Amino acid sequence: MKPPKLNPGASANQRSHRAKKELLMPLGLPAEMPSDWQAVALRKLDELRHQYRSLQLYLDICVRCGACADKCQFFLGTGDPNNMPVARAELLRKVYRRYFTPSGKLGGRLAAAEDLTDKVLDEWYAYFYQCSECRRCAVFCPYGIDTAEITMAAREIMASVGVATKYVTEVVKKAHEIGNNLGIPEAAWRDSCQFLEEEMKEETGADIKIPVNQPGAEVLLVPPSADLFANTDTMIGYAKLFHAAGVSWTTSTYASEAGNFGLFLNYEHLKKVNKRLVDAAKQLKVKRLVIGECGHAWRAAQAFMDTLNGPLDFLDAPRPEHICEFAARLIRDGRVKLNKTANDGVVVTYHDPCNVARAGGMLEEPREILRAVVSDFREMPADTIRERTFCCGAGGGMLADELMDVRMKGAKPRVEAFKTTGANFLATPCAICKAQLPVAFQHHGVEAQVGGVMDLLGKAIVI
Amino acid sequence: MATIELAGKQFDVDEDGFIQDTAQWNDDVARAFAEQEGIVELTEEHWKVIRFLRSYYLEFGVAPMIRKLCKETGFQLKYIYQLFPTGPAKGACKLAGLPKPTGCV
Repeated sequence: MKPPKLNPGASANQRSHRAKKELLMPLGLPAEMPSDWQAVALRKLDELRHQYRSLQLYLDICVRCGACADKCQFFLGTGDPNNMPVARAELLRKVYRRYFTPSGKLGGRLAAAEDLTDKVLDEWYAYFYQCSECRRCAVFCPYGIDTAEITMAAREIMASVGVATKYVTEVVKKAHEIGNNLGIPEAAWRDSCQFLEEEMKEETGADIKIPVNQPGAEVLLVPPSADLFANTDTMIGYAKLFHAAGVSWTTSTYASEAGNFGLFLNYEHLKKVNKRLVDAAKQLKVKRLVIGECGHAWRAAQAFMDTLNGPLDFLDAPRPEHICEFAARLIRDGRVKLNKTANDGVVVTYHDPCNVARAGGMLEEPREILRAVVSDFREMPADTIRERTFCCGAGGGMLADELMDVRMKGAKPRVEAFKTTGANFLATPCAICKAQLPVAFQHHGVEAQVGGVMDLLGKAIVI
Repeated sequence: MATIELAGKQFDVDEDGFIQDTAQWNDDVARAFAEQEGIVELTEEHWKVIRFLRSYYLEFGVAPMIRKLCKETGFQLKYIYQLFPTGPAKGACKLAGLPKPTGCV
Protein backbone atom coordinates (compact mmCIF):
# COMPACT_ATOMS: atom_id res chain seq x y z
CA MET A 1 0.00 0.00 0.00
CA LYS A 2 1.13 3.55 -0.70
CA PRO A 3 1.91 5.62 2.40
CA PRO A 4 -1.15 7.66 3.41
CA LYS A 5 -1.36 11.42 3.66
CA LEU A 6 -0.27 12.50 7.13
CA ASN A 7 -3.22 13.25 9.32
CA PRO A 8 -1.98 14.27 12.80
CA GLY A 9 -4.31 13.31 15.62
CA ALA A 10 -6.60 11.36 13.26
CA SER A 11 -7.06 8.53 15.73
CA ALA A 12 -6.22 10.35 18.97
CA ASN A 13 -9.78 9.90 20.17
CA GLN A 14 -9.95 6.17 19.51
CA ARG A 15 -9.96 4.90 23.09
CA SER A 16 -10.65 1.57 24.66
CA HIS A 17 -13.05 1.74 27.60
CA ARG A 18 -11.04 2.08 30.80
CA ALA A 19 -11.11 -0.72 33.35
CA LYS A 20 -12.78 0.29 36.59
CA LYS A 21 -11.98 -0.90 40.08
CA GLU A 22 -14.27 -3.94 39.80
CA LEU A 23 -11.91 -5.31 37.17
CA LEU A 24 -8.63 -3.86 38.42
CA MET A 25 -8.79 -5.02 42.02
CA PRO A 26 -9.30 -8.75 41.39
CA LEU A 27 -6.22 -8.62 39.16
CA GLY A 28 -4.13 -7.04 41.92
CA LEU A 29 -3.90 -3.71 40.11
CA PRO A 30 -4.47 -0.36 41.86
CA ALA A 31 -8.17 0.46 42.01
CA GLU A 32 -7.36 4.11 41.48
CA MET A 33 -4.31 5.93 40.22
CA PRO A 34 -1.99 6.52 43.18
CA SER A 35 -1.30 10.18 44.01
CA ASP A 36 2.39 9.62 43.26
CA TRP A 37 1.64 7.75 40.04
CA GLN A 38 4.56 9.27 38.14
CA ALA A 39 7.03 7.89 40.69
CA VAL A 40 5.37 4.45 40.59
CA ALA A 41 5.39 4.40 36.78
CA LEU A 42 9.02 5.48 36.56
CA ARG A 43 10.05 2.81 39.07
CA LYS A 44 8.28 0.25 36.88
CA LEU A 45 10.04 1.53 33.75
CA ASP A 46 13.37 1.32 35.58
CA GLU A 47 12.59 -2.20 36.76
CA LEU A 48 11.58 -3.37 33.27
CA ARG A 49 14.63 -1.93 31.49
CA HIS A 50 16.85 -3.76 33.94
CA GLN A 51 14.84 -6.96 33.74
CA TYR A 52 14.83 -7.05 29.93
CA ARG A 53 18.10 -6.12 28.25
CA SER A 54 16.21 -6.12 24.96
CA LEU A 55 13.99 -3.29 26.18
CA GLN A 56 16.98 -1.22 27.29
CA LEU A 57 18.54 -1.79 23.87
CA TYR A 58 15.37 -0.88 21.99
CA LEU A 59 15.03 2.32 24.02
CA ASP A 60 18.58 3.33 23.17
CA ILE A 61 19.42 2.29 19.63
CA CYS A 62 16.67 3.67 17.37
CA VAL A 63 18.20 6.12 14.88
CA ARG A 64 14.77 7.24 13.61
CA CYS A 65 15.52 6.12 10.07
CA GLY A 66 11.81 5.63 9.46
CA ALA A 67 12.06 2.21 7.78
CA CYS A 68 9.20 1.04 10.01
CA ALA A 69 6.96 4.04 9.42
CA ASP A 70 4.85 2.77 6.55
CA LYS A 71 4.90 -0.89 7.59
CA CYS A 72 2.23 -0.62 10.30
CA GLN A 73 -1.34 -1.28 9.19
CA PHE A 74 -2.61 1.21 11.74
CA PHE A 75 -0.50 4.00 10.25
CA LEU A 76 -1.38 2.93 6.70
CA GLY A 77 -5.05 2.93 7.63
CA THR A 78 -5.30 6.06 9.77
CA GLY A 79 -2.48 8.32 8.54
CA ASP A 80 -1.98 9.33 12.18
CA PRO A 81 1.78 9.90 12.58
CA ASN A 82 1.66 8.55 16.15
CA ASN A 83 0.78 5.20 14.62
CA MET A 84 4.17 5.04 12.89
CA PRO A 85 6.00 2.49 15.03
CA VAL A 86 8.95 4.86 15.48
CA ALA A 87 6.65 7.63 16.70
CA ARG A 88 4.65 5.30 18.92
CA ALA A 89 7.84 4.08 20.58
CA GLU A 90 9.01 7.67 20.89
CA LEU A 91 6.12 8.30 23.29
CA LEU A 92 7.93 6.06 25.78
CA ARG A 93 11.49 6.85 24.68
CA LYS A 94 11.09 10.58 25.36
CA VAL A 95 10.13 9.83 28.97
CA TYR A 96 12.94 7.32 29.32
CA ARG A 97 15.43 9.95 28.11
CA ARG A 98 14.10 12.58 30.50
CA TYR A 99 14.59 10.50 33.61
CA PHE A 100 17.27 7.96 32.78
CA THR A 101 19.81 9.52 30.39
CA PRO A 102 22.29 12.31 31.16
CA SER A 103 21.38 14.29 28.05
CA GLY A 104 17.67 14.09 28.77
CA LYS A 105 18.10 15.02 32.44
CA LEU A 106 20.07 18.12 31.44
CA GLY A 107 18.72 19.01 28.04
CA GLY A 108 15.00 18.38 28.48
CA ARG A 109 13.09 19.10 25.30
CA LEU A 110 16.29 20.04 23.45
CA ALA A 111 17.38 16.45 23.98
CA ALA A 112 13.98 15.15 22.84
CA ALA A 113 13.07 14.37 26.43
CA GLU A 114 9.75 15.02 28.10
CA ASP A 115 8.28 14.93 31.59
CA LEU A 116 5.83 12.20 32.42
CA THR A 117 2.61 14.21 32.65
CA ASP A 118 -1.10 13.45 32.52
CA LYS A 119 -1.01 14.44 28.86
CA VAL A 120 1.77 11.97 28.08
CA LEU A 121 -0.03 9.19 29.93
CA ASP A 122 -3.15 10.00 27.96
CA GLU A 123 -1.19 9.64 24.68
CA TRP A 124 0.24 6.34 25.91
CA TYR A 125 -3.23 5.03 26.64
CA ALA A 126 -4.51 5.99 23.20
CA TYR A 127 -1.60 4.84 21.05
CA PHE A 128 -0.16 1.86 22.93
CA TYR A 129 -3.65 0.36 22.64
CA GLN A 130 -3.66 1.08 18.90
CA CYS A 131 -0.70 -1.26 18.50
CA SER A 132 -1.65 -4.91 18.06
CA GLU A 133 1.84 -6.06 19.06
CA CYS A 134 1.95 -7.77 15.66
CA ARG A 135 5.67 -6.98 15.15
CA ARG A 136 5.49 -6.31 11.42
CA CYS A 137 7.62 -3.20 11.99
CA ALA A 138 10.33 -5.33 13.58
CA VAL A 139 10.79 -7.28 10.33
CA PHE A 140 11.80 -4.12 8.51
CA CYS A 141 13.89 -2.43 11.22
CA PRO A 142 17.57 -2.54 10.25
CA TYR A 143 18.42 -2.82 13.96
CA GLY A 144 15.81 -5.46 14.68
CA ILE A 145 13.97 -3.29 17.20
CA ASP A 146 10.80 -4.99 18.33
CA THR A 147 8.33 -2.17 18.93
CA ALA A 148 5.83 -4.67 20.35
CA GLU A 149 8.17 -5.08 23.32
CA ILE A 150 8.01 -1.34 23.86
CA THR A 151 4.21 -1.48 23.67
CA MET A 152 4.17 -4.36 26.15
CA ALA A 153 6.41 -2.39 28.52
CA ALA A 154 4.21 0.71 28.22
CA ARG A 155 1.10 -1.32 28.98
CA GLU A 156 2.79 -2.97 31.95
CA ILE A 157 3.80 0.45 33.29
CA MET A 158 0.26 1.75 32.83
CA ALA A 159 -1.21 -1.31 34.55
CA SER A 160 1.09 -0.67 37.53
CA VAL A 161 -0.74 2.63 38.12
CA GLY A 162 -4.20 1.22 37.51
CA VAL A 163 -4.56 2.19 33.85
CA ALA A 164 -5.78 -0.68 31.69
CA THR A 165 -8.60 -1.48 29.30
CA LYS A 166 -11.93 -2.96 30.25
CA TYR A 167 -11.73 -5.48 27.41
CA VAL A 168 -8.38 -6.98 28.36
CA THR A 169 -8.92 -7.02 32.13
CA GLU A 170 -12.41 -8.48 31.82
CA VAL A 171 -11.10 -11.32 29.69
CA VAL A 172 -8.11 -12.02 31.97
CA LYS A 173 -10.43 -12.08 35.00
CA LYS A 174 -12.70 -14.65 33.30
CA ALA A 175 -9.71 -16.79 32.34
CA HIS A 176 -8.62 -16.90 36.01
CA GLU A 177 -12.08 -17.43 37.47
CA ILE A 178 -13.73 -19.71 34.92
CA GLY A 179 -10.87 -21.04 32.81
CA ASN A 180 -11.61 -19.35 29.51
CA ASN A 181 -12.01 -15.94 27.89
CA LEU A 182 -15.69 -16.27 27.08
CA GLY A 183 -16.58 -17.40 30.59
CA ILE A 184 -18.03 -20.79 29.59
CA PRO A 185 -18.56 -22.79 32.81
CA GLU A 186 -17.99 -26.56 32.94
CA ALA A 187 -21.66 -27.52 32.49
CA ALA A 188 -21.98 -25.35 29.38
CA TRP A 189 -18.65 -26.67 28.05
CA ARG A 190 -19.90 -30.23 28.38
CA ASP A 191 -23.27 -29.34 26.89
CA SER A 192 -21.62 -27.67 23.91
CA CYS A 193 -19.25 -30.58 23.26
CA GLN A 194 -22.17 -33.01 23.43
CA PHE A 195 -24.18 -30.87 21.04
CA LEU A 196 -21.35 -30.88 18.51
CA GLU A 197 -21.02 -34.66 18.89
CA GLU A 198 -24.69 -34.94 17.93
CA GLU A 199 -24.12 -32.63 14.97
CA MET A 200 -21.26 -34.83 13.74
CA LYS A 201 -23.33 -37.96 14.26
CA GLU A 202 -26.07 -36.43 12.14
CA GLU A 203 -23.59 -35.51 9.42
CA THR A 204 -21.39 -38.62 9.31
CA GLY A 205 -23.28 -41.33 11.17
CA ALA A 206 -20.16 -41.93 13.26
CA ASP A 207 -19.67 -41.51 17.00
CA ILE A 208 -17.04 -38.79 16.95
CA LYS A 209 -16.23 -37.61 20.45
CA ILE A 210 -15.15 -34.32 21.95
CA PRO A 211 -13.82 -35.65 25.25
CA VAL A 212 -13.81 -33.53 28.39
CA ASN A 213 -11.35 -33.97 31.30
CA GLN A 214 -10.33 -37.46 30.12
CA PRO A 215 -7.27 -38.57 32.11
CA GLY A 216 -4.52 -40.47 30.32
CA ALA A 217 -5.39 -39.23 26.84
CA GLU A 218 -2.44 -38.82 24.51
CA VAL A 219 -3.25 -35.21 23.62
CA LEU A 220 -4.59 -32.31 25.64
CA LEU A 221 -6.03 -29.99 23.02
CA VAL A 222 -6.44 -26.44 24.25
CA PRO A 223 -8.57 -24.41 21.84
CA PRO A 224 -9.57 -20.79 22.03
CA SER A 225 -12.96 -20.79 23.77
CA ALA A 226 -14.38 -19.01 20.70
CA ASP A 227 -14.24 -22.46 19.05
CA LEU A 228 -17.11 -23.43 21.36
CA PHE A 229 -19.04 -20.26 20.61
CA ALA A 230 -18.74 -18.97 17.05
CA ASN A 231 -16.07 -21.11 15.35
CA THR A 232 -17.64 -24.51 15.82
CA ASP A 233 -16.46 -25.83 12.43
CA THR A 234 -12.93 -25.50 13.78
CA MET A 235 -13.84 -27.58 16.84
CA ILE A 236 -15.41 -30.17 14.58
CA GLY A 237 -12.23 -30.19 12.49
CA TYR A 238 -10.10 -31.10 15.53
CA ALA A 239 -12.54 -33.84 16.55
CA LYS A 240 -12.65 -35.42 13.10
CA LEU A 241 -8.86 -35.30 12.81
CA PHE A 242 -8.24 -37.09 16.10
CA HIS A 243 -11.04 -39.57 15.41
CA ALA A 244 -9.83 -40.43 11.90
CA ALA A 245 -6.19 -40.77 12.99
CA GLY A 246 -7.12 -42.81 16.07
CA VAL A 247 -5.41 -40.42 18.50
CA SER A 248 -6.89 -40.25 21.98
CA TRP A 249 -7.42 -36.69 23.12
CA THR A 250 -9.23 -34.51 25.58
CA THR A 251 -10.21 -30.96 26.34
CA SER A 252 -9.93 -29.57 29.86
CA THR A 253 -12.46 -27.45 31.70
CA TYR A 254 -9.66 -26.08 33.87
CA ALA A 255 -7.56 -24.95 30.91
CA SER A 256 -10.35 -24.32 28.44
CA GLU A 257 -8.64 -21.40 26.80
CA ALA A 258 -5.54 -21.27 24.66
CA GLY A 259 -5.60 -17.51 24.29
CA ASN A 260 -3.57 -15.58 26.80
CA PHE A 261 -4.70 -12.00 27.28
CA GLY A 262 -2.09 -11.66 30.01
CA LEU A 263 0.23 -11.02 27.07
CA PHE A 264 -1.67 -7.77 26.54
CA LEU A 265 -1.59 -6.68 30.19
CA ASN A 266 1.51 -7.65 32.15
CA TYR A 267 4.00 -10.41 32.88
CA GLU A 268 2.30 -11.58 36.08
CA HIS A 269 -0.95 -12.42 34.31
CA LEU A 270 0.77 -13.82 31.22
CA LYS A 271 2.46 -16.32 33.52
CA LYS A 272 -0.62 -17.06 35.61
CA VAL A 273 -2.91 -17.72 32.63
CA ASN A 274 -0.24 -19.88 31.00
CA LYS A 275 0.20 -21.96 34.16
CA ARG A 276 -3.31 -23.37 33.82
CA LEU A 277 -2.22 -25.22 30.67
CA VAL A 278 0.79 -26.80 32.37
CA ASP A 279 -1.24 -27.75 35.46
CA ALA A 280 -4.03 -29.30 33.37
CA ALA A 281 -1.53 -31.30 31.29
CA LYS A 282 0.03 -32.66 34.50
CA GLN A 283 -3.30 -33.40 36.18
CA LEU A 284 -4.68 -35.24 33.17
CA LYS A 285 -1.37 -37.05 32.63
CA VAL A 286 -1.38 -36.43 28.90
CA LYS A 287 1.63 -37.04 26.66
CA ARG A 288 1.26 -34.02 24.41
CA LEU A 289 -0.02 -30.49 24.70
CA VAL A 290 -1.52 -29.22 21.46
CA ILE A 291 -2.59 -25.61 20.95
CA GLY A 292 -5.66 -24.96 18.79
CA GLU A 293 -6.34 -22.21 16.27
CA CYS A 294 -5.44 -19.17 18.33
CA GLY A 295 -2.73 -16.70 17.38
CA HIS A 296 -1.47 -15.19 20.58
CA ALA A 297 -1.94 -18.56 22.31
CA TRP A 298 0.78 -19.86 20.05
CA ARG A 299 3.00 -16.90 20.80
CA ALA A 300 2.56 -17.29 24.55
CA ALA A 301 3.01 -21.06 24.37
CA GLN A 302 5.75 -21.35 21.78
CA ALA A 303 7.86 -18.38 22.79
CA PHE A 304 7.33 -18.07 26.53
CA MET A 305 5.90 -21.24 28.10
CA ASP A 306 9.18 -22.93 28.92
CA THR A 307 10.50 -19.83 30.67
CA LEU A 308 7.20 -19.00 32.36
CA ASN A 309 6.20 -22.38 33.73
CA GLY A 310 8.58 -24.94 32.31
CA PRO A 311 10.27 -27.27 31.91
CA LEU A 312 7.70 -29.37 30.11
CA ASP A 313 9.86 -32.47 30.39
CA PHE A 314 6.92 -34.55 31.63
CA LEU A 315 5.52 -34.52 28.08
CA ASP A 316 6.59 -36.86 25.26
CA ALA A 317 7.30 -33.79 23.17
CA PRO A 318 8.71 -31.42 25.82
CA ARG A 319 7.14 -28.35 24.23
CA PRO A 320 3.68 -27.28 23.16
CA GLU A 321 2.72 -28.34 19.63
CA HIS A 322 0.54 -26.43 17.19
CA ILE A 323 -2.54 -28.15 15.81
CA CYS A 324 -1.32 -27.38 12.28
CA GLU A 325 2.02 -29.13 12.80
CA PHE A 326 0.24 -32.05 14.45
CA ALA A 327 -2.30 -32.31 11.61
CA ALA A 328 0.31 -31.89 8.86
CA ARG A 329 2.33 -34.74 10.39
CA LEU A 330 -0.71 -37.04 10.46
CA ILE A 331 -1.45 -36.19 6.83
CA ARG A 332 2.18 -36.78 5.81
CA ASP A 333 2.17 -40.13 7.61
CA GLY A 334 -0.99 -41.16 5.80
CA ARG A 335 -2.94 -41.45 9.06
CA VAL A 336 -6.03 -39.72 7.62
CA LYS A 337 -7.80 -40.18 4.30
CA LEU A 338 -8.75 -36.99 2.51
CA ASN A 339 -11.27 -36.16 -0.16
CA LYS A 340 -10.60 -32.77 -1.72
CA THR A 341 -13.86 -32.77 -3.65
CA ALA A 342 -15.68 -32.12 -0.36
CA ASN A 343 -14.29 -28.58 -0.67
CA ASP A 344 -15.14 -28.12 -4.33
CA GLY A 345 -16.01 -24.53 -5.13
CA VAL A 346 -13.82 -23.22 -2.34
CA VAL A 347 -11.09 -20.92 -3.63
CA VAL A 348 -8.89 -20.46 -0.62
CA THR A 349 -6.12 -18.16 0.42
CA TYR A 350 -4.24 -18.24 3.70
CA HIS A 351 -3.91 -15.34 6.12
CA ASP A 352 -0.88 -15.77 8.38
CA PRO A 353 -1.95 -14.56 11.81
CA CYS A 354 0.86 -12.32 13.06
CA ASN A 355 1.40 -14.38 16.20
CA VAL A 356 1.30 -17.74 14.45
CA ALA A 357 3.62 -16.81 11.61
CA ARG A 358 5.90 -13.98 12.64
CA ALA A 359 6.05 -14.74 16.34
CA GLY A 360 5.57 -18.48 16.20
CA GLY A 361 7.35 -19.57 13.02
CA MET A 362 4.40 -21.62 11.80
CA LEU A 363 4.62 -20.89 8.07
CA GLU A 364 4.57 -24.10 6.05
CA GLU A 365 2.25 -26.48 7.87
CA PRO A 366 -1.03 -24.57 7.41
CA ARG A 367 -0.25 -24.25 3.69
CA GLU A 368 0.64 -27.93 3.48
CA ILE A 369 -2.75 -28.81 4.99
CA LEU A 370 -4.67 -26.45 2.73
CA ARG A 371 -2.99 -27.82 -0.41
CA ALA A 372 -3.98 -31.29 0.72
CA VAL A 373 -7.64 -30.44 1.31
CA VAL A 374 -8.65 -27.95 -1.40
CA SER A 375 -7.86 -27.96 -5.11
CA ASP A 376 -7.60 -24.19 -5.55
CA PHE A 377 -5.15 -22.58 -3.14
CA ARG A 378 -3.79 -19.13 -3.88
CA GLU A 379 -1.36 -16.83 -2.11
CA MET A 380 -1.78 -13.15 -1.41
CA PRO A 381 1.10 -10.86 -2.59
CA ALA A 382 4.49 -11.88 -1.20
CA ASP A 383 5.03 -8.69 0.79
CA THR A 384 1.81 -9.32 2.75
CA ILE A 385 2.25 -12.95 3.82
CA ARG A 386 4.49 -15.15 5.96
CA GLU A 387 6.85 -13.02 8.10
CA ARG A 388 5.56 -9.91 6.33
CA THR A 389 1.90 -10.63 6.99
CA PHE A 390 -0.40 -7.79 7.96
CA CYS A 391 -2.28 -7.99 11.23
CA CYS A 392 -6.05 -8.45 10.82
CA GLY A 393 -6.39 -5.14 12.63
CA ALA A 394 -7.74 -6.38 15.96
CA GLY A 395 -4.97 -8.38 17.66
CA GLY A 396 -3.21 -7.44 20.86
CA GLY A 397 -6.35 -6.62 22.81
CA MET A 398 -7.90 -4.37 20.16
CA LEU A 399 -10.95 -6.53 19.37
CA ALA A 400 -13.26 -4.17 21.24
CA ASP A 401 -16.29 -2.55 19.66
CA GLU A 402 -15.30 0.95 20.74
CA LEU A 403 -12.15 0.67 18.58
CA MET A 404 -14.18 -0.21 15.48
CA ASP A 405 -13.02 2.79 13.46
CA VAL A 406 -9.30 2.10 13.89
CA ARG A 407 -9.93 -1.65 13.52
CA MET A 408 -11.55 -1.20 10.13
CA LYS A 409 -8.84 1.19 8.96
CA GLY A 410 -6.15 -1.19 10.23
CA ALA A 411 -7.76 -4.11 8.38
CA LYS A 412 -7.62 -2.35 5.04
CA PRO A 413 -4.12 -3.53 3.96
CA ARG A 414 -5.13 -7.15 4.67
CA VAL A 415 -8.43 -6.78 2.81
CA GLU A 416 -6.76 -5.11 -0.20
CA ALA A 417 -4.26 -7.97 -0.45
CA PHE A 418 -7.08 -10.50 -0.22
CA LYS A 419 -8.93 -8.81 -3.09
CA THR A 420 -6.02 -9.48 -5.48
CA THR A 421 -6.44 -13.26 -5.14
CA GLY A 422 -9.99 -13.85 -6.38
CA ALA A 423 -10.43 -16.26 -3.45
CA ASN A 424 -13.83 -16.76 -1.84
CA PHE A 425 -12.51 -18.21 1.42
CA LEU A 426 -9.90 -16.83 3.75
CA ALA A 427 -8.50 -19.53 6.00
CA THR A 428 -6.68 -18.54 9.17
CA PRO A 429 -5.89 -20.30 12.44
CA CYS A 430 -6.73 -17.49 14.86
CA ALA A 431 -9.97 -16.71 16.68
CA ILE A 432 -9.31 -12.96 16.73
CA CYS A 433 -8.72 -12.88 12.95
CA LYS A 434 -11.89 -14.95 12.51
CA ALA A 435 -13.92 -12.44 14.54
CA GLN A 436 -12.39 -9.35 12.94
CA LEU A 437 -12.12 -10.21 9.25
CA PRO A 438 -15.79 -10.93 8.45
CA VAL A 439 -16.64 -7.49 9.86
CA ALA A 440 -13.77 -5.94 7.90
CA PHE A 441 -14.86 -7.71 4.71
CA GLN A 442 -18.36 -6.36 5.08
CA HIS A 443 -17.04 -2.89 5.88
CA HIS A 444 -14.79 -2.84 2.82
CA GLY A 445 -17.37 -4.42 0.52
CA VAL A 446 -15.86 -7.89 0.07
CA GLU A 447 -18.02 -10.99 -0.11
CA ALA A 448 -16.04 -13.96 1.14
CA GLN A 449 -16.10 -16.46 3.94
CA VAL A 450 -13.62 -16.57 6.80
CA GLY A 451 -12.83 -19.80 8.62
CA GLY A 452 -10.15 -22.00 10.08
CA VAL A 453 -7.68 -24.36 8.47
CA MET A 454 -9.29 -27.11 10.54
CA ASP A 455 -12.71 -26.19 9.12
CA LEU A 456 -11.61 -27.17 5.62
CA LEU A 457 -9.61 -30.15 6.86
CA GLY A 458 -12.65 -31.39 8.77
CA LYS A 459 -14.77 -31.26 5.65
CA ALA A 460 -12.20 -33.20 3.60
CA ILE A 461 -11.50 -35.95 6.13
CA VAL A 462 -13.09 -39.24 5.14
CA ILE A 463 -14.74 -40.76 8.18
CA MET B 1 -22.04 3.28 36.21
CA ALA B 2 -24.27 4.62 33.45
CA THR B 3 -28.02 4.25 33.67
CA ILE B 4 -30.69 4.33 31.05
CA GLU B 5 -34.43 4.57 31.16
CA LEU B 6 -36.24 1.70 29.50
CA ALA B 7 -40.00 1.31 29.56
CA GLY B 8 -40.22 3.95 32.32
CA LYS B 9 -37.66 2.32 34.66
CA GLN B 10 -33.99 3.05 35.39
CA PHE B 11 -31.41 0.37 34.63
CA ASP B 12 -27.66 0.21 35.24
CA VAL B 13 -25.92 -0.53 31.95
CA ASP B 14 -22.34 -1.14 30.87
CA GLU B 15 -20.43 1.00 28.33
CA ASP B 16 -22.10 -0.89 25.48
CA GLY B 17 -25.58 -0.44 26.90
CA PHE B 18 -26.10 -4.02 28.18
CA ILE B 19 -28.12 -4.19 31.40
CA GLN B 20 -26.05 -5.17 34.42
CA ASP B 21 -28.60 -7.00 36.51
CA THR B 22 -30.17 -9.63 34.32
CA ALA B 23 -32.82 -10.35 36.99
CA GLN B 24 -34.36 -6.93 36.29
CA TRP B 25 -35.14 -7.99 32.74
CA ASN B 26 -38.69 -8.28 31.44
CA ASP B 27 -40.41 -8.24 28.05
CA ASP B 28 -40.73 -4.46 28.13
CA VAL B 29 -36.94 -4.14 28.40
CA ALA B 30 -36.60 -6.21 25.22
CA ARG B 31 -39.14 -3.99 23.48
CA ALA B 32 -37.38 -0.81 24.55
CA PHE B 33 -34.00 -2.16 23.38
CA ALA B 34 -35.57 -3.23 20.07
CA GLU B 35 -36.41 0.37 19.34
CA GLN B 36 -32.81 1.42 20.06
CA GLU B 37 -31.52 -1.31 17.76
CA GLY B 38 -33.76 -0.15 14.93
CA ILE B 39 -36.04 -3.18 15.06
CA VAL B 40 -39.50 -1.97 14.08
CA GLU B 41 -41.53 -4.68 15.76
CA LEU B 42 -40.68 -7.74 17.80
CA THR B 43 -42.26 -10.68 16.03
CA GLU B 44 -42.75 -14.25 17.27
CA GLU B 45 -39.47 -15.08 15.55
CA HIS B 46 -37.62 -12.46 17.56
CA TRP B 47 -39.18 -13.78 20.75
CA LYS B 48 -38.16 -17.33 19.87
CA VAL B 49 -34.50 -16.21 19.77
CA ILE B 50 -34.82 -14.09 22.91
CA ARG B 51 -36.54 -16.84 24.91
CA PHE B 52 -33.96 -19.46 23.97
CA LEU B 53 -31.03 -17.16 24.80
CA ARG B 54 -32.55 -16.37 28.17
CA SER B 55 -33.43 -19.89 29.14
CA TYR B 56 -29.95 -21.12 28.17
CA TYR B 57 -28.32 -18.29 30.07
CA LEU B 58 -30.39 -18.92 33.18
CA GLU B 59 -29.48 -22.61 33.09
CA PHE B 60 -25.78 -22.36 32.15
CA GLY B 61 -24.65 -18.84 33.05
CA VAL B 62 -23.38 -18.04 29.57
CA ALA B 63 -24.77 -17.42 26.08
CA PRO B 64 -25.21 -20.57 23.98
CA MET B 65 -23.06 -21.45 21.00
CA ILE B 66 -24.33 -19.64 17.93
CA ARG B 67 -24.70 -22.98 16.15
CA LYS B 68 -26.94 -24.23 18.94
CA LEU B 69 -29.03 -21.07 18.82
CA CYS B 70 -29.55 -21.62 15.09
CA LYS B 71 -30.46 -25.28 15.55
CA GLU B 72 -32.85 -24.69 18.44
CA THR B 73 -34.68 -21.84 16.70
CA GLY B 74 -34.51 -23.35 13.23
CA PHE B 75 -33.11 -20.07 11.86
CA GLN B 76 -29.99 -19.79 9.76
CA LEU B 77 -27.37 -17.35 10.99
CA LYS B 78 -28.06 -15.00 8.08
CA TYR B 79 -31.69 -14.87 9.10
CA ILE B 80 -30.77 -14.12 12.72
CA TYR B 81 -28.78 -11.15 11.38
CA GLN B 82 -31.92 -10.03 9.55
CA LEU B 83 -33.89 -10.23 12.77
CA PHE B 84 -31.16 -8.61 14.87
CA PRO B 85 -29.00 -6.39 12.63
CA THR B 86 -26.08 -6.26 15.10
CA GLY B 87 -26.05 -10.06 15.33
CA PRO B 88 -26.68 -12.83 17.84
CA ALA B 89 -23.84 -11.94 20.23
CA LYS B 90 -24.65 -8.24 20.36
CA GLY B 91 -28.19 -7.25 19.48
CA ALA B 92 -29.94 -10.48 20.41
CA CYS B 93 -28.09 -10.89 23.72
CA LYS B 94 -28.74 -7.25 24.59
CA LEU B 95 -32.48 -7.62 24.00
CA ALA B 96 -32.52 -10.82 26.03
CA GLY B 97 -30.84 -9.08 28.98
CA LEU B 98 -27.66 -11.16 28.85
CA PRO B 99 -24.25 -9.66 29.55
CA LYS B 100 -22.28 -8.89 26.41
CA PRO B 101 -20.26 -11.92 25.30
CA THR B 102 -16.61 -10.85 25.32
CA GLY B 103 -13.47 -12.68 24.34
CA CYS B 104 -12.37 -13.44 20.79
CA VAL B 105 -15.82 -12.81 19.34
